[in-house]
Amino acid sequence: MKATAEPKTKDHAALAGTFNKDEARVDWHDKTLWFVRQKRDKAAWQLPDWEHLRETASQIKHNVLSNLHHYLEAFEKQAQQNGVTVHWAADAEEHNRIVHSIIHKTGITRVVKSKSMLTEECHLNDYLAAQGIDVVDTDLGERIVQLAGEPPSHIVLPCIHWKKEEIGQLFHKHLGTPEGNSDPQFLAAAARVHLRERFMTSPIAITGVNFAIAETGEIVVCTNEGNADLGVQLADVHIACMGIEKIIPQRKHLGVFLRLLARSATGQPITTYSSHFRKPRPGQHMHIVLVDNGRSERLGSADFRSALKCIRCGACMNTCPVYRRSGGHSYHYAIAGPIGSILAPGLDMKKNADLPFASTLCGSCSNVCPVKIDIHDQLYKWRQVLAKNGYVSETKKTGMKGMAFVLSSPGLYRFSGAVGRWFTRYLPFAVNNSLNPWYKQREMPQAPKESFGEWYRKNKKKS
Amino acid sequence: MSSREQILATIKKNQPPLVSLPEISQNTMSGLPDERVSKFAAVLEAIGGQVVPVDSWGAIATYVSKQFPLPARTINLVEELANDHPLAVLEKDPHQLESVTLALLKGHFAVAENGAVWITETHLGDRALPFICEHLALIVHANTIVPTMHDAYERIAAGRPYDFGTFIAGPSKTADIEQSLVLGAHGAKTLTLFLLSGASDA
Repeated sequence: MKATAEPKTKDHAALAGTFNKDEARVDWHDKTLWFVRQKRDKAAWQLPDWEHLRETASQIKHNVLSNLHHYLEAFEKQAQQNGVTVHWAADAEEHNRIVHSIIHKTGITRVVKSKSMLTEECHLNDYLAAQGIDVVDTDLGERIVQLAGEPPSHIVLPCIHWKKEEIGQLFHKHLGTPEGNSDPQFLAAAARVHLRERFMTSPIAITGVNFAIAETGEIVVCTNEGNADLGVQLADVHIACMGIEKIIPQRKHLGVFLRLLARSATGQPITTYSSHFRKPRPGQHMHIVLVDNGRSERLGSADFRSALKCIRCGACMNTCPVYRRSGGHSYHYAIAGPIGSILAPGLDMKKNADLPFASTLCGSCSNVCPVKIDIHDQLYKWRQVLAKNGYVSETKKTGMKGMAFVLSSPGLYRFSGAVGRWFTRYLPFAVNNSLNPWYKQREMPQAPKESFGEWYRKNKKKS
Repeated sequence: MSSREQILATIKKNQPPLVSLPEISQNTMSGLPDERVSKFAAVLEAIGGQVVPVDSWGAIATYVSKQFPLPARTINLVEELANDHPLAVLEKDPHQLESVTLALLKGHFAVAENGAVWITETHLGDRALPFICEHLALIVHANTIVPTMHDAYERIAAGRPYDFGTFIAGPSKTADIEQSLVLGAHGAKTLTLFLLSGASDA
């Protein structure tokens, strides 16, 4: 099963180009995500202290980043006192090895896993599959993309790019549902039966972590489906995997974050289940794997450290005009959209050099972010870093230099404007052709006869 | 150097100067008790729960007998209902709970702003129970409803420590297929909330 991201072959623009070939589908994708964004707005506007909450959450996260060393040590100590085994992984590879060694010791090969973006980041499924471990993703959307051999295209809505007819076809093939049945109610019921059998027979459950509390050593996992809990409560071994930035100082801070998380993600007042795991149940073994994978290095960067405040709600994706029209897979990284585009280059600048350019810098992502990450500023700053390090293509560089040259000379600017207007009016095919990337999926407005400057000079003389 | 030491050393070197923690304050709604109850009921209904206002334990027992007649397998863990629905003794293996039609449990308190009910292992019997049962019924005293999650965590801090606790807000659900809401994903397909007026002992 190839459940995680493929090695990158094309850049964002090329992958978006493929997605954009089916215009009706792009419109549908765009509208579906905008609908989720609108639900978020309605939920947010019902709380008079929404902006105050965002500010408080942001400040708590800044405190966490400035005191992470202490909080991690405190969390570890508390968790150990609670009877939990705590592991530390420097990178994805070590994380995967630790998880596998825990599973290997039990001799069990059937594992259920609830949603965890960290395990996607580490490509855990691929690693375990290669070791002969059968991992089933139990979130419905994740199960759908897993059956299809794809990575999720959205961190909260993993199969947002799939139509129900296609899911019906997929279930017909893998779960034996009747051909042609694409009723969501029916398909979800079929998945419930299919996955219930896995819950009943998997003695190991892997989960992600939404929040880990330094004060008490407990972790909180939020789901709507109940899949994390069904997995864990029926398993003998619970393995929870988390990035080190998931720590919050005190339990009372959950009041802030749980008010923000679901409202930002889907517009719900809270997820159906917000489970607080402090101690394993008698006889059960609980492991927490703390993963660095580049986070401690990023902490040292004043420009980019605040990306570590992210609580993975997905609001920045739902609002992003580029994400909505290019699809999650065009980002070729476990976390798509604006937040993914500022996280990915930190891990591999060369491989992800295209992502900070997959943005209009409109700033909508920063405006909806529940922890106030300056996402669009960081996208802009990454572009500077990438250019300095030689990761920007020659065409883009030449274009930018040409533009800088023209814009710095008023005479040349006026002349170029006149030439451009003349061509778009009389010889549009000279610019509107496949050699000009600006015309891809775009129609330009009719050019006016004269520029504003020309018009102004003429009319000023008259008065 | 172990990964632990290495990670902690890098963090120590890289973390910025200490930024102080903010005070948590709210101005959402403290609300009169009546407003909290109506808000809670409205929110829970909106997220797919069914709210049944009752004024006695007897009314709950009657409702359950009518809605879940035998041979439904009901697990009752509420002493006040033991006359009509015998208290269940749970097997050690949670897998045995797979055939449970209805689980009848007491919540500690509920939250008006989001329809969530807080419940810990003292009221759960088995941690798997509220997730594996087909239908879940929770009983909450109307006078235990707090306005917001901030109030909820104040109440939790003042209560007995727990090993496992969860907020449950409505039935299990998914919208993963084209954003169509389907109730009953993996957990309980329905949530009935008995809103009990009268003195609290939960």
